[in-house]
Amino acid sequence: MTVRHAPARVRTRSVGNLRNVDDTRWLHPVAWWCWALGLAVAASTTTNPLLLIGLITVAAVVVDRRKPDAPWARSFGFFIRLAVIIVLFRLLAQIIFVAPMGTTMLIDMPGVTLPSWLAGIRLGGALMLEPALQALYEGLRLAAIIVAIGAASSLASPSRLLKSVPAAVYEIGVSVVVATTFLPQLASDVARVRANRRLRGRRDIGLRGVSGTVMPVLHGAMDRSIALAAAMDSRGYGRVANVSSAQRRLTALLLVVGLIAATLGTYGLLGTGSATWWGPALLIIGLCCALASVVLSGRRNVRTRYRPNAWKVADVGTVASGAAAASLFLAASAINGAGMNPATSPPTWPTVPILALLGLLAAIIPAFITPPPPATVAPSGREVRA
Amino acid sequence: MIEFENVTIRYRADQPPIIENLDLTIEEGEFILVVGATGSGKSTLLGAINGLVPHFTGGILNGDVRIDQRSTSVHRPRDLADVVGIVPQDPLSSFVTDTVEEELAYTMECLGIPPDVMRRRVEETLDLLGLEELRHRPLRSLSGGQRQRAAIGAVLTAHPRVLVLDEPTSALDPGAAEEVLAALHRLVHDIGVTVVLAEHRLERVVQYADRIVSLGAPESPGSRGTEITIGEPEAIMSTAPIAPAVVHLARVAGWERTPITVREARRQASSLRQLLIGHVPPVRAVSDAGAVAALSDVTVRYGALPALRSVSVTINQGDVIALMGRNGAGKSTLLHSLVGHQKPASGSIDVAGIDPSTLSGPDLVHRVGLVPQEPADLLEASTVAEECAASDRDAQCEPGTTRALLALLAPEVVDTTHPRDLSEGQRLLLVLCIVLAARPSLICLDEPTRGLDYATKERLTRVVTDLAEAGHAVVLATHDVELAAEVASRVVIVADGEVVADGPTSAVITSSPMFAPQVAKVLAPQPWLTVEQVRRALEQDTA
Repeated sequence: MTVRHAPARVRTRSVGNLRNVDDTRWLHPVAWWCWALGLAVAASTTTNPLLLIGLITVAAVVVDRRKPDAPWARSFGFFIRLAVIIVLFRLLAQIIFVAPMGTTMLIDMPGVTLPSWLAGIRLGGALMLEPALQALYEGLRLAAIIVAIGAASSLASPSRLLKSVPAAVYEIGVSVVVATTFLPQLASDVARVRANRRLRGRRDIGLRGVSGTVMPVLHGAMDRSIALAAAMDSRGYGRVANVSSAQRRLTALLLVVGLIAATLGTYGLLGTGSATWWGPALLIIGLCCALASVVLSGRRNVRTRYRPNAWKVADVGTVASGAAAASLFLAASAINGAGMNPATSPPTWPTVPILALLGLLAAIIPAFITPPPPATVAPSGREVRA
Repeated sequence: MIEFENVTIRYRADQPPIIENLDLTIEEGEFILVVGATGSGKSTLLGAINGLVPHFTGGILNGDVRIDQRSTSVHRPRDLADVVGIVPQDPLSSFVTDTVEEELAYTMECLGIPPDVMRRRVEETLDLLGLEELRHRPLRSLSGGQRQRAAIGAVLTAHPRVLVLDEPTSALDPGAAEEVLAALHRLVHDIGVTVVLAEHRLERVVQYADRIVSLGAPESPGSRGTEITIGEPEAIMSTAPIAPAVVHLARVAGWERTPITVREARRQASSLRQLLIGHVPPVRAVSDAGAVAALSDVTVRYGALPALRSVSVTINQGDVIALMGRNGAGKSTLLHSLVGHQKPASGSIDVAGIDPSTLSGPDLVHRVGLVPQEPADLLEASTVAEECAASDRDAQCEPGTTRALLALLAPEVVDTTHPRDLSEGQRLLLVLCIVLAARPSLICLDEPTRGLDYATKERLTRVVTDLAEAGHAVVLATHDVELAAEVASRVVIVADGEVVADGPTSAVITSSPMFAPQVAKVLAPQPWLTVEQVRRALEQDTA
């Protein structure tokens, strides 16, 4: 029978490396995060629904054009759903908790008079346009920020982001990334074990169903963690360069001194009630000590980086686009506060300040200047059922 | 290269040692095969090579293990990462990164190799193992053979001088296993890497080995590695009770030289073929008793991808069907649709007159049972006895039914043992007993022989044959052609979601070299499948 799925038998040498001159490339993950933070800052400056919807659309367009085909990139849909829930929840909270103000009646629902100890909560009653509009705008602002974060997390690979963290905190980063890859695994384990319980003739209901699922899933997760830890250890994870014991002691000392100084400094700055000269000074000294310690301990790390992300025109341009969007929105709200936060009482049709419009245009630039991500799955590739 | 000097390993001081007084020197460039029953200490021996035993697993190691003059007593596994590359049993659980290319670079990053050297080595290794097309693929989307090659590549980029592999082909279909072994063979011959490999599937690997380390007294399964024999493959195989089918055939035929490969056996087999002329191998009749289950024109999709495309199979009472095909061909999907876990997109599934996906658990177990690929998924109690009691309640049968079955299939299992502490084979039999307690008319087994040694496999063969004789229908998905030849009355081959062959075992598996058992290859064109058939025929002659 023919072996269709094996693209290359072991003995065939391909010369594909030379042929592979295409323009797909991973954009620097930090660039995506900077751009997304720019969008989030821009969103935080305004409650103008047109601008907020514009920002959400910009994020969605960029994600749609530059989202790689990888498991972690599928989270954008989740963030969109979360954003919708936030807007709805904000509206609902408005209806339940806030006394009716304003003049324009939207709906007049039959109200329920609640006992006095539930004052502040009302059910039903008149729903006014003005507070509802206010709630909608505020909900939209939060939604736009959430969508911006979601865009970054589905555009920037977490493991490539890990490559950009400083050597000293690399090991913390590893645990975070390993944990994030474990979660989807855990979800599929739960599904499998639950399906298998049916094979033992159980109805999958009630607390007993849950407890019967938890044990096998936890056992499996435990086994996998141990296997992963053993594999990482035998592949050289955690190797350190030899440094003199004097330097090790200095590193530890700097860290302890730095943290104590920073704590005292923070107290001096915030806790005493009056401004002191020693508060900020201690804080700065403390932070410097801690930073020096991090740099020193980074020297023990022998790791090198494979194909580190390069900063090229597109990467810098993406950062610039995010920065431009944020600063244009900030400028617009300084100049034209009313346009950025349209009045809801009485309700007016929102207008779009020209500076903010330019900001929106700046924000969409990455959709066109960035290289598309490399294809990760071959056309015939499919998830193999384990 | 590797020196074991009077090594004794035990996990607790009050327990008997797993490995006792081992003296072994492995030269540079050797290919060493480690064999032994489940639980005989193969993984322990492999782990001791890079210091995972005892640094990571705990335990007590007396004596000294030295790799390239470095003793594991002072060097931790991470300090030996540049000399020893270790590929664990389940590569998926050992992957640290997301994609093939990043995984290949990971070890080098840890070792601090300069970026330009890393880049070059990654490209070389991609070519060496035929992974170039897969470089950007997520590791989770790879097939079994591809995963294994990626895992080998991931340690190979660090240019280790020793490569240690724990059962690299046990989960693979014959084609993928050949891919992996061809890659290994090439590493040994072209680069001179020292390879230490543990494997149950002797018929696949024994011809590559320079020497064999045999652990334990193999006739008593589960015995610890107190008896260690080391020698050339021919010498070890001529006396070992655990041996591939060609060796057993040689014993039955009384050949002087023990063949290790089909080629060697075939060169000695002409006289045997002469002797067998006039004999007809007994054919296990394909059952035509009433149908137990039927799939008609079934298509199953995961998202947009079809996993089964208009499959029609009828399963009769007394059938033992071996379901074969590549990893990811749709074997598991077919079994899962038989128990109703997968609702077909079109077509109908009928188990004892009912669509299984409409049945709730208690109604399902009396009609069809499935032993999943990971039998442990069905276990949840903390002792074997509790597990059996729970099974009796679930199946609504007499208390003690499951325990009685277990006593029949695996008499050595003790009530108080935790199910996780059972050996792989014992755990499989326990789950099989739980499934059997409800007396389903159809029993499905998903890759039951993965990681099983020969002794357990033999026991499973007997159990399955008895079940079929008692009127159950059995479907087993397997990569093990020898098992299929022994036990199956019918073979169904699935490829890319379609049934490409369905017929009596002898007709289907002798017609393609990939799925033919060793005996069939040696005695072709005569249609013999198992050593047992040949032995019976020769006995008739002498009688």
